[in-house]
Parts: sequence; C-alpha cells; structure tokens
Amino acid sequence: MSTQTTGLAIETAGLVKTFGETRAVDGVDLAVPAGTVYGVLGPNGAGKTTTVKMLATLLRPDGGEAHVFGHDVVREADAVRGRVSLTGQYASVDEDLTGTENLVLLARLLGHRKPAARERAAQLLEAFGLTDAAGKQVKNYSGGMRRRIDIAASILNTPDLLFLDEPTTGLDPRSRNQVWDIVRAVVAQGTTVLLTTQYLDEADQLASRIAVIDQGRVIAEGTKGELKASVGAGTVHLRLRDPAQRPEAARILRLALDAEVQSEPDPVALTARVGGAGNGQGAAEQAGRALAELARGGITVDNFSLGQPSLDEVFLALTGHDTHEADGDQDEVAA
Amino acid sequence: MSTVTQTEDKELAPVSTASLAALLIAKERPPRPSAWSASMTFGWRAILKIKHVPEQLFDVTAFPIMLVLMYTYLFGGALAGSPTAYIQFLLPGILVMSVVMITMYTGVSVNTDIEKGVFDRFRTLPIWRPSTMVGYLLGDALRYTIASVVMLTVGVILGFRPDGGVGGVVAGIALLVAFSFAFSWIWTMFGLLLRSEKSVMGVSMMVIFPLTFLSNVFVDPKTMPGWLQAFVNNSPITHLATAVRGLMAGDWPAADVAWSLGWTCLFVLVFGPVTMRLYNRK
Repeated sequence: MSTQTTGLAIETAGLVKTFGETRAVDGVDLAVPAGTVYGVLGPNGAGKTTTVKMLATLLRPDGGEAHVFGHDVVREADAVRGRVSLTGQYASVDEDLTGTENLVLLARLLGHRKPAARERAAQLLEAFGLTDAAGKQVKNYSGGMRRRIDIAASILNTPDLLFLDEPTTGLDPRSRNQVWDIVRAVVAQGTTVLLTTQYLDEADQLASRIAVIDQGRVIAEGTKGELKASVGAGTVHLRLRDPAQRPEAARILRLALDAEVQSEPDPVALTARVGGAGNGQGAAEQAGRALAELARGGITVDNFSLGQPSLDEVFLALTGHDTHEADGDQDEVAA
Repeated sequence: MSTVTQTEDKELAPVSTASLAALLIAKERPPRPSAWSASMTFGWRAILKIKHVPEQLFDVTAFPIMLVLMYTYLFGGALAGSPTAYIQFLLPGILVMSVVMITMYTGVSVNTDIEKGVFDRFRTLPIWRPSTMVGYLLGDALRYTIASVVMLTVGVILGFRPDGGVGGVVAGIALLVAFSFAFSWIWTMFGLLLRSEKSVMGVSMMVIFPLTFLSNVFVDPKTMPGWLQAFVNNSPITHLATAVRGLMAGDWPAADVAWSLGWTCLFVLVFGPVTMRLYNRK
C-alpha cells in the first residue's frame, strides 16, 4: 500500500550490521525509487554485499530499519521474499544440476505446476541463448553462461525488485555487455533493480541514482550527473615522445585545463583531471583545446586518451584516501 | 585464458532481449507451494543429485555389504556356532547399525552444501522454511532404503530366512527408515553448527560408534556388567534393533516399536527446531 504513496522500493534508516569487532555496515540510509536502477558503488569490503543480504532477508540487521515496498525486512520477511529476487556472486544455482533442472526446480518452488515450470524454464533458456547447454551440468558452464543462468533463475517470476550483487565481476567485456542488455530489458518491464558494483562505468551505464559506500557508510549519493560533477568528468592521460619536454607540457596543460597535472613514474607520462569545476560537460572539448595548445607549443604527443574517472579517483576525490587504504606505491603494500 | 573464453562465447547464442521482454510481461504469480509440495521438490533435488553423482551411493551399498560380511564371518562361529546360525540374529541388528551409521553422512553433505550459493537463493524464496531440510532428509530416506534392500539381499544370500515374510521385513525397514529420518536431524544440526566437514565427521564418529556398538546388535546384553546393561537396555538403538528383529521374525514387539517411535518423535521435536534456528541464522 505504502508503495504507492511513497514511491520507494527500498527505504533504510541507520542500517547497521556488525561482525564481531567490525562494523561491516555502519548506519546506511538509502531511498530507492521504484522502477529505477539504483547503483551502490564501492570497493571490496565496503559493505555492499552485507547491505544487500540484509535487504534480501538473508541477514538480520543489528540496528536501524529497512523496508522493501513498505514491508519490514525482519518482521515481514515473508512478504519481502515474495517480491524480491537475488543474483550475485553468492546467490547462484546448483552446480551439480543441469540448467533445465535448476530452473524447473526453482519454478516448482515458486508454485508453478510441473508443465508450467518446464515451459517457463525452456522459454527462459531460449531467451538467454542457453538452449544448447540446457542439458549440461552448470559446473561445466563458462563464466558468462553462469551469470545468464543465475539471472534467469532470478526472473522465473518477474520480481518487483531484483538485487544484482556485482553481476559482472570477473566477466570478459563481451559477456559484461550482454549482462547489461539483460538488466536494461528487465528494468524496461518495470522491475526495480538494486545494482552493486565496483565499476564506475557500470553504474554509469545502468543506474540513474548512485550511492557511494565506503567502510559501511554512504559517503555520497545522488544522480549520476551530481556525482560526476563532484569528482570531475574524466582524466586525460598523455604520453610524450621526449621526456625533456615534460615540464613544459605540464605547464601548458595546467593552464589549458585549469587543473592539477600529475607526473607519472613513467618519465614521458602525464595525467590531469578535467571538468572538475562543477560542470561535467565539455570535458572532451577542454581536452581537445589542451591538445591544440600542446601542438602550438611544439610538443610531440605520442599517445592521448580521455577516460572516465576510475573508482580509485572517485574515492580519492570523495574521501581523500584510495580504495586500498594504503598510502604510497601499490607495489610496496606490505599488509 | 582469453582464447578459451572467446571460443566459448562464440558458441554461445546471443541473448534475445525481445523474447526476454515478452517473458517478463507475464506478471501473474502462481500461489505459493504447500509445505508438502516444497519438501517434495527438494526431495526431487536430492534424487537429481544422486543421478548426477552416483558415486555417492557407495556408502549405502559397498559399506553395508562389507559390514554384513565382516561381522557374520568374524563372530558367527564363536557366538552362535556357525555364520548361518548367527546371521538369523545378526542381520536385523547390523541393518539397524549400518543405516544409523550412514545417517551421519547427512551432516557432512549439509555442511558442504550449505556453503554453496544456492542455499542463499533457497532462503530468499517465499516457501515453508524447513522444506529445504525436510527435502534433504527425504532424499536421504531413499538412500537408507537402498542400503536396507542391499543388505537384506546379501543377508538372504548368506542364509538369512526371516519368519515374518515380506510383510514383516517391509514393516521392519519402514520403522528403521522412519527412525533414521528423525535421527538425521541431529546431523543436520551439527552440519549447520560446526565449521568444517572434518569436525562434523569427528563429532559424528564420537556419537555414532558408542551408540551403535553399545547395544544388543551383536550380543545379548545379559553377559554385560550391570551399569552397561542399564545403558544398553535403554538405548534407542537397542529398542530399534529389538523392534526390527521382532518384526522380521513375524512377532509384534509392541513395546519396542512404541519406544522406537517415541524416540523418532523426540528427535524430530528437539533437533528439528534447533536445526531450523541455525538454518535461519546462517
């Protein structure tokens, strides 16, 4: 009922989960509008999976409240379970069974009669391009096929809310794109998706709102545009032909981009953040102008690229520390 | 590594988002399955697993055959004059002992299975919560039945002739399987409670060996010291062995059948809820 009035698929307030001494989730507030893809972005161990597990009724929160479509995840767990499904690195399918057997088993558990369960399983396998592998045990599936059967198992009944916990971690770019296509198709039918990811571009591709989580807390929340504006639209990477020209190149770049320029350990490489001044637009334009300036200054550029800020850079911008929490060179990380 | 992935992916048909969309439009949800139906579906899962990994039937076939042969010929001459004479007494008892011993594999498989992701999926389904475990044990009941049939066949070949006929034998096996189903809840509890497969195995041995050996399976307890008799005469295994022996011999050992069924109910009522509590917490 309250779904209609609030329009929220998920609402949490001060959600806490502790494991011994560690506060894995330390007061998370989320408000996920129904019918959208909501991205939860953060490094390994930030508390993303723990949050999802609490929302999917797999873990009991130690503090705070969480409602899914207005139902309390602890007191009305059964009502929540009727409307959500979960796909992740952990919620998967039975490896010893075949693709068909897995889907028929789950369809039966969702209340379909045998013929209907078989039909639904066959249709989903067909739509997911798995008909040829239907009779094979899932343990013989490739990574991309595994992810497909996992998602197929999650949409046997079209869920109102789908949790996708790092759905593309460990996939090659091609399979990753296919998973993205599937997610778009699911959302187009009105399902709300909560997507956790370590990849900024994944959240960028799919999500309309993003929460950035670090050490169990939400450290930034907003639309994609807002988030980007706070961290800059991207990073320019340059490789020069002549290392002797680097100081001069850095000076020109600093002026053209109005941004800080970093000298990389590689003697011919430079990086600079662009579009950090509040407007995410025109990053390419700005970078183009900088290139022209460099050419006018007589500097030979061998290689040039403009990339989105990485998660590391988002973190650096938002928290002042990077995702590994280690200061200094990565090669020297001891602990 | 990348070449392998690529060839695999080339063979993989593309995802048809159009037909996917058509499938997702169907919003109607069937009513939730009954507790019975969900449990039977999980039982079906257990049977599918046996189908795909038939090696796991080793412990319900080779192991019991070994036990029957070993004890018949090891003790037969000394205890009853001849193996054939001894097997009339031994077989129902060794049947009880082996099947009860086999139940401990339940704990090990629950322990390894529960770590797999698929259990998280089961736990997010809107179904009767214990059905996962009940289904598991229904699959195991099938394994116990297989073990019983295998041992009886070997016994009959070695000269076991039950006076109770087919009816008595079937009644005996039914009682044994029901008891073992209930007894298995102890192992599901340990499977969920203990952290590793090895510790589950260790604890199971500590419970199973004294419990099955300190009974009337091999010999009449009359020759045992008083304190041991007190234990043996009240052990659930003794009651069960006496009941199965009686049923197969064509008698109606009402008291022992009642005791066995009483223990059966007690195990389910105590260890069932404890298992479910642990399962919900996991």
